[in-house]
Amino acid sequence: MAAHRCSHLGCVLLLFLSIILVTPSQETNVGNEQHPGVADDPRAGAETKQTAEEPAADERRWEETEVKESQQQVSDTAELPPKLQAKEDFQEELVIRPLHSGDIYASFQFRTVWETDFMKGNKVSHYRLFPKSLGQVISKFSVRELHISFTQGYWRTMQWGQPFIPSPPGAELWVWFQDSVTDVDATWKELTNVLSGIFCASLNFIDSTNTLQPSASFKPLGIGNVTDHRFLRYATLPREIVCTENLTPWKKLLPCGSKAGLAVMLKSEKLFHSSFHSQSVHIRPVCQDWQCKSPSWELRQALNVVFDLHTSGQSKREWSLFKMFSRTLTEACPLASSSKIYIDITDNPQEEQFELSPATPLLSQAVVLGDRRTYSVYDLTQQVTFGTVRSLNLMIRWKSSEGDMLRPLLHAERYVAGYGLQTGEIHTLMYNNHPFRSFPVLLLESVPWYLRLYIHTLKVTSKGKDNNPSYIHYQPSKDRERPHLLEMLLQLPPHSVTEVTVQFERALLKWTEYTPDPNHGFYVGSSVISSLVPSTVAMDTNITMEQPLFSSFFPCKEESSYFVRVYTEPLLVNLPTPDFSMPYNVICLTCTVVAVGYGSLYNLLTRSFQIEEPNPGLAKRLANIIRRMRGVPPL
Amino acid sequence: MKILILFSLFALYVFTDSVNVENSAGQFFSSGHTNNWAVLVCTSRFWFNYRHVANTLSVYRSVKRLGIPDSHIVLMLADDMACNHRNPKPATVFSHKNMELNVYGDDVEVDYRGYEVTVENFLRVLTGRLPPSTPRSKRLLSDDRSNILIYLTGHGGNGFLKFQDSEEISNVELADAFEQMWQKRRYNELLFIIDTCQGASMYERFYSPNIMALASSQVGEDSLSHQPDLAIGVHLMDRYTFYLLEFLEDIHPSSKTNMNDLFKVCPRSQCVSTPGHRTDLFLRNPGSVLITDFFGSVRKVEITTEVLNLTHPIQQAEESAVNGESHREVYSYVDQLPVSEIIHQKPKQKDWHPPDGFILGLWTLILLVFFKTYGVKHLKHIF
Repeated sequence: MAAHRCSHLGCVLLLFLSIILVTPSQETNVGNEQHPGVADDPRAGAETKQTAEEPAADERRWEETEVKESQQQVSDTAELPPKLQAKEDFQEELVIRPLHSGDIYASFQFRTVWETDFMKGNKVSHYRLFPKSLGQVISKFSVRELHISFTQGYWRTMQWGQPFIPSPPGAELWVWFQDSVTDVDATWKELTNVLSGIFCASLNFIDSTNTLQPSASFKPLGIGNVTDHRFLRYATLPREIVCTENLTPWKKLLPCGSKAGLAVMLKSEKLFHSSFHSQSVHIRPVCQDWQCKSPSWELRQALNVVFDLHTSGQSKREWSLFKMFSRTLTEACPLASSSKIYIDITDNPQEEQFELSPATPLLSQAVVLGDRRTYSVYDLTQQVTFGTVRSLNLMIRWKSSEGDMLRPLLHAERYVAGYGLQTGEIHTLMYNNHPFRSFPVLLLESVPWYLRLYIHTLKVTSKGKDNNPSYIHYQPSKDRERPHLLEMLLQLPPHSVTEVTVQFERALLKWTEYTPDPNHGFYVGSSVISSLVPSTVAMDTNITMEQPLFSSFFPCKEESSYFVRVYTEPLLVNLPTPDFSMPYNVICLTCTVVAVGYGSLYNLLTRSFQIEEPNPGLAKRLANIIRRMRGVPPL
Repeated sequence: MKILILFSLFALYVFTDSVNVENSAGQFFSSGHTNNWAVLVCTSRFWFNYRHVANTLSVYRSVKRLGIPDSHIVLMLADDMACNHRNPKPATVFSHKNMELNVYGDDVEVDYRGYEVTVENFLRVLTGRLPPSTPRSKRLLSDDRSNILIYLTGHGGNGFLKFQDSEEISNVELADAFEQMWQKRRYNELLFIIDTCQGASMYERFYSPNIMALASSQVGEDSLSHQPDLAIGVHLMDRYTFYLLEFLEDIHPSSKTNMNDLFKVCPRSQCVSTPGHRTDLFLRNPGSVLITDFFGSVRKVEITTEVLNLTHPIQQAEESAVNGESHREVYSYVDQLPVSEIIHQKPKQKDWHPPDGFILGLWTLILLVFFKTYGVKHLKHIF
């Protein structure tokens, strides 16, 4: 330090003339600026992780420069703004359906449609509303369709009706690859690893032991002319937990993030304190217009949640946006072309069941799930919706609790019967509640390899009589390689219960294949029941008309029936679990026995006894020393 | 006379100011690292080990608050406490009773969760030997100028740390992993913090340079938990990490607190166990190491007044190509449940495999019996 001081003194003395000319305040500024520069940027670094704000802010900035440029160079860039703006479209909507039991079902859907072509190897480099992470995944892995869902809870069809977008408990992923993929299994493995990084989920546990290749279920939901099931892969992880770490990257895929629009209400403390929570991402090619000559890519993000009346701590039956989501709405997403809220008021034509406030003049009718429903519509792109307080807090207050729920025409149950840890029986029940029509269902069951199915015991009965399936596809399992796959096409007679039973035997796993908590049990994924259910009203077969998002998910080919997919419960079976402390016990016991037994034997054979003089005391030892010195024999 | 006094005062002022500038410039370049990484691991499963997840999440929260982004944090939680069905307040993990601080937050990214937290995965993350399809968020992409913070918590013993109630990592393995990291130049300086019982045994065997280690208890002592919450029903945090979190809450990205203050966190009177530390492998003096060297993030900023001209936006060249071919096939949606098609579906063309071992054996047996009965010489009559 002292040496520095001397050199500095010399420098200062030499340079003081020039320093007098420059003002002293400038130097202190430079010195101080370095500190805030270092201090501010870590904080800024922490904030820029939220990419949601940037597209919106960048968007506005980018559009401004576009206008300036087009004024300067009229010829080339004047075409760009309208073309690029017509290419991408973002819509958001929220549907609220009060349920008969007092609960409330809220379904968010966010749809981005992009008129580009990921197929045919086109290199897409400019992303605007469509998230870049998913776009790169689609082009890199030649994906034609991708459907992924994360669900916590089980959808109770009997109490809640049919969901708009069904999903099984846990994680589910099914993908249609394009024809150009040569090794589908390797691409599938890489795709699951990449998606596990994007969604912070353990999708890397998807391997050949839980991947299926259905032969007739899960037809593509997008456009396409060829359906070769070699390019389809389906996997489900019933054990997967859904929590805020899955919601965070899901929210970051939205164009407005969670900063504006309906996504503002997606707060995890309220969303996960519910009976059912499901978030999903669906990517598929759709028709651009009614001619359907070129495809455009659609990304749908859906979030279904059912709030329970009693666990949310309410005594009166009254729901509002603030009670459900702890937020109110102040604006629509600026990037959205439409932002609407639909409240289902079909059971409330003269406001005798519940009262909706603030009142809205907009009404809309839609045919969804085979029924014509009436909705009150709140258009968030209109400033008048927010009223004078500039915020929208919908309230639904119940007056009477009468009224019957429309019973769903199709629902299913599944359970394991039997006792002991050796054998068991899986029962799948499908209920057809239609009074006089029968309809076909396609049942897809997948059972892990460690439950060995005895297919010769497969029995399908309806109303007590045998019901022969018109199509069966069974692929037996291979130990530690692939699971059982059973697909059957059944005709369900009207007003009946169809029961499918199959017996199984439990296998003994190797010691290292058990999870760290094997006494919890092992999960068997849900069965999938796909069906064309007859509808009471004529369905709309024209997809490309302006329809609300919740009614345009499943494509409709005929007017008299609609497609529905029902998931059963997953099963939890106990496998015979060994006592994991046994190796330790055995080693201890054997070592003890060997040590005691062999040690005693060795001692008996080789030990010899000698007489030893006891050690004399200190006084005697001293006396002995003196005696030795004197030459006298010791004591 | 007056001018002389003025001049001397002025010279003194300028000289002290330049020493200041030299000090801050010197400090700016003294640490030698250019980026920061954090590996935060909770190794315990089951609801009653709630406090270990809360420990890890509170360090995660501090590290994020001080500037390390999610892309530079590898967070491993062995079990899910926030959305556990026993949690009376879902999507929250509290660090203090009366539910004052939710360390789980709204913006958390867990990289390894549940069954993925194993000794093998932890060592692979440290040494970088991961399968090629592992996503970026699960990798520790540090280089030789990275300062890494490694925080472990869970149940441990003398020389080992238990992972998920089924396997353990020993202090020798950990020391060897750090040596591999040093040989592969994967870190500039490493700060290792462990909050388990007998935690000091885990850093006894380190032998690579530039490692500083802290533990919550000595060999033979147990690390104790702080306080239970009666509403949640479990202990919420461990004592050492609780006082560490309190200490870190006072740190902001430009604070000048150094490691000697960190060593004083949680004395015996508060922690009941004796926290220990090890600095003999560390080259710098702990008094000159800032807390933000490991817990915060370095951003070296260069302010420039140059002007950059941006090129034209990329024209979408394939517009004309699409328009030219628009007269081809019409697409349509696929029938979701084509009943007649399914019933008359042809069986899948399976690839032909050569006959399996059993079939081969059976045919060999049949052929043997045939030849034995009829003898080979009779074959020429048949063929």
